[in-house]
Amino acid sequence: MSEVAAVERPEENRQEVESAVVRFAGDSGDGMQLTGSHFTMTAAIAGNDLATFPDFPAEIRAPAGTTFGVSAFQINFGARKIMTSGDLLDVLVVMNPAALVTNLADVKPNGIVIADSGAFTARNLTKAGYEENPLEDSSLDGYRLVKIDMSRLTVEAVKEFGLSNKEALRSKNMWALGVVYWMYGRKRQASIDWLETKFAKNPDIAKANIAALNAGHAFGETAEMPAELGTYEVESATIEPGLYRTITGAESVSLGLLAGSLLADLKIAFCSYPITPASALLHQLARMKEFGVVTFQAEDEIAAAAAAIGASYAGSLGITSSSGPGIALKMEAIGLAIATELPLVVINSQRAGPSTGLPTKTEQSDLYQAVYGRNGDAPMPVISVSTPSDGYEVAIEAVRIATKYMTPVMVLTDGYITNASEPWLIPDAGDSERFDVEFRTDPENFQPFMRDDETLARPWVKPGTPDLMHRIGGIERSYDSGHISYDPENHQKMTDVRAAKVLGIANDIPEQTVEVGEAGAKLGVVGWGSTYGPINRAVNNMRDDGLDVAQIHLRYIWPLPRNLGELLGTFDQILVPEMNTGQLRTLLRDQYLLPAEGFNKVNGKPFLIGELEDAIRARLEK
Amino acid sequence: MNVQSPPEKLTARDFATDQEVRWCPGCGDYAILKGVQNTLAQLEADPKNTVFVSGIGCAARFPYYMETYGFHTIHGRSPAVATGVKLANPELDVWVVGGDGDMLSIGGNHTMHAIRRNVDLQILLFNNQIYGLTKGQYSPTSKIGTKSPSTPLGSIDNPVSAAQFALGVGGTFIARSSDILQKHLPEVLKRAYKHKGASFVEIFQNCIVYNDGVFKHFTEKTVQDEMQIHVEHGEPLLFGKEKSKGLILNKDEMRLEVVTLGENGVTLEDIAIHDETNRGLATMLAQMDPPDYPVALGVLYAAPGASYETSVHAQIAQATKDADKADLNKLLQRGQTWTVE
Repeated sequence: MSEVAAVERPEENRQEVESAVVRFAGDSGDGMQLTGSHFTMTAAIAGNDLATFPDFPAEIRAPAGTTFGVSAFQINFGARKIMTSGDLLDVLVVMNPAALVTNLADVKPNGIVIADSGAFTARNLTKAGYEENPLEDSSLDGYRLVKIDMSRLTVEAVKEFGLSNKEALRSKNMWALGVVYWMYGRKRQASIDWLETKFAKNPDIAKANIAALNAGHAFGETAEMPAELGTYEVESATIEPGLYRTITGAESVSLGLLAGSLLADLKIAFCSYPITPASALLHQLARMKEFGVVTFQAEDEIAAAAAAIGASYAGSLGITSSSGPGIALKMEAIGLAIATELPLVVINSQRAGPSTGLPTKTEQSDLYQAVYGRNGDAPMPVISVSTPSDGYEVAIEAVRIATKYMTPVMVLTDGYITNASEPWLIPDAGDSERFDVEFRTDPENFQPFMRDDETLARPWVKPGTPDLMHRIGGIERSYDSGHISYDPENHQKMTDVRAAKVLGIANDIPEQTVEVGEAGAKLGVVGWGSTYGPINRAVNNMRDDGLDVAQIHLRYIWPLPRNLGELLGTFDQILVPEMNTGQLRTLLRDQYLLPAEGFNKVNGKPFLIGELEDAIRARLEK
Repeated sequence: MNVQSPPEKLTARDFATDQEVRWCPGCGDYAILKGVQNTLAQLEADPKNTVFVSGIGCAARFPYYMETYGFHTIHGRSPAVATGVKLANPELDVWVVGGDGDMLSIGGNHTMHAIRRNVDLQILLFNNQIYGLTKGQYSPTSKIGTKSPSTPLGSIDNPVSAAQFALGVGGTFIARSSDILQKHLPEVLKRAYKHKGASFVEIFQNCIVYNDGVFKHFTEKTVQDEMQIHVEHGEPLLFGKEKSKGLILNKDEMRLEVVTLGENGVTLEDIAIHDETNRGLATMLAQMDPPDYPVALGVLYAAPGASYETSVHAQIAQATKDADKADLNKLLQRGQTWTVE
């Protein structure tokens, strides 16, 4: 196929598709994340449902043109409910050979590959490990390949603004976006408005980017594109009316923490240490100072946990946040919060481990760490986030449980949810039920570890309160008085009451419902966390195919919902898909002596719908 | 109209709890506890606004014996916990108590950062140059050659000087005293209390069981006058029984020298004056070690600096000035939104 040239042609009839998956991939410096976020916004405005997934390298400025420097952004958008960022790509846009070699395997057979042929230089080909130019030999015969010298066309399009060649090439991503906008009949205005605002102080840069966007779009309209490429129409989806925004998991958790603190009438002390992929939370909360939010970038993970505990002791809502390795460092301090019965919210944005593992790749392998991973018998509630927008409610719930039960609570989210985004029907803050914290001020019969009959929580006293001076600490405390006690019977009693307090939370959380299908199905698929989307779609698809399967998705990992054992007992078989080697499966077997089976993978990527469908089919057709 | 009678002044005893003190008989910690209780009584400190935070170790049991708010935390982390307390409520008077292992070994990092951030804490480091609670291993302040269960042939690593460490990380208040100096200690503690920022006080404390007499070369009655110099801001650096010795600054070699008044024509005019705002002088004083030099006690260094929690809350006060901005619904809707009809 020769390179396409710009020739006039009439607008063709667009082919309607229910949904499409597009991935933009290029060098870290090619602006692929920005390109993806523009496409996302425009799809949202067009009324599509959508899900996105950014995939960027661990290196900040990896050498240009290398495979480990490839940054990609994927969006699945459609006229129907979108549950995942998509299994396989309809369209892959690559800005260099490295982006092609690392992403091609995800393209559907006969899918569209749009390549910037100008970047397929001998040097870049070598860096990507190609001996021959794949655009010129037959290696891409199984795809619909569109070669465009975007580099040259971008430079031409922005010539009038007097930019250097290097500066001009920075607009290449907008040129590519223009072509894809044209393919899907998208309006450019939202991107143009954004560029004008963003570069208000650099009008030439704004104009160059807009010119590149328009040029890419015009190229699509006028170029002699290969006939099979086609143009598409993705109708708007049926979506609940209301005001929407896109939201990432980092944003939803941050907003939920703030909302929770307001509902509890507490000030936040968010203490954290930078770590991928959890840092985004610190960045979000650091910008909420107008609400009186204190953020503290501590000297290390331990100090972050310790300072949060200190803040809770002094009457703030102490929150600490990290990813797996950092959570491990915090665990002794979390044990102190369990022992001294202070509220604390711990956000764990899980990533692939052990040790440093794969910092930018997702996994849900910290369930053991969350439920079991402390010295001593040290129970704490654990709840999980299922989708990018779910973090709002989950974070509020974490604050509620932590303050009502005087306990640390761990929230498990993961790298996928943290960075992925979806549309969010913006709630009214006033609709949430308040749970104002009441600090103890009455000295009458005060004992620091005297418990509430119902919740078994001890009173929370702010230092500064008259006549309630008392001491707490990590050495075992005497029942009621909190004085140091080495008495064996007392330790038994305190261990039992700590466990009973946490288990009792099961009476204060909703019963587990069946997400899709009914109790008693032949197969129950039990998930937690970010596997919600792919499991949901796979179970629905298999039910459409007539299979007797149901989805159960857990928010509460510890304690488990009080009816869960009974519910799971109704299924003939139980399948637990997880992005780990079987941690929830172990927990369910342990708690209910059920023959739960795992379906597990740890390749740093979310489940594909297709592989879950195969796993469900295999269980029901054996 | 009722006239309120002024509240009775609290005594040192009012700052003691009903808990049995469980240090070894003869431990230096008893004297420090008494010194701190005396200090708080003299300062007319408000027990309800006073918080003692500690880590792990013998010294770290301190909060249980103070009739104030107290938090006995985990090994090494007390400066971090105390930072959180102060961030949540800057009005509280927060004291941090720990030993040399707690604060300079496992918790050295937190001690460093609490000091360099200048969090408004009184950090009391009880330095006995040994691990007491774990039964006598050498510590990061033990002198080379210290024989202990973990170093039967003598320790071989260089000790850290607590005061030099605190100066090196940018401390704004560095002082020293000793468990047996019952008049000196409260005066130093009062200065620490009044300093806004991280006040670091190294207190030489005798461990009677595992390291008895480790400081006797400058604390015993027979040598204390010759081997201690009590520094006072603006006063000449004199010591010795008759205040007949002093320190002069050898400008050629940039170091302090011990001189005797009247010898080699040395007069009072020649003696260096203590300037607690001079970090270089403080560093030289902190370096002095017997037998060539006396040990410098008192406020070695004190200079004003913005305290961390004050600056944190100043930023928040600025951000919250416009109360309209703190609208959660507006925040939820920030950025690009769209309406589905």
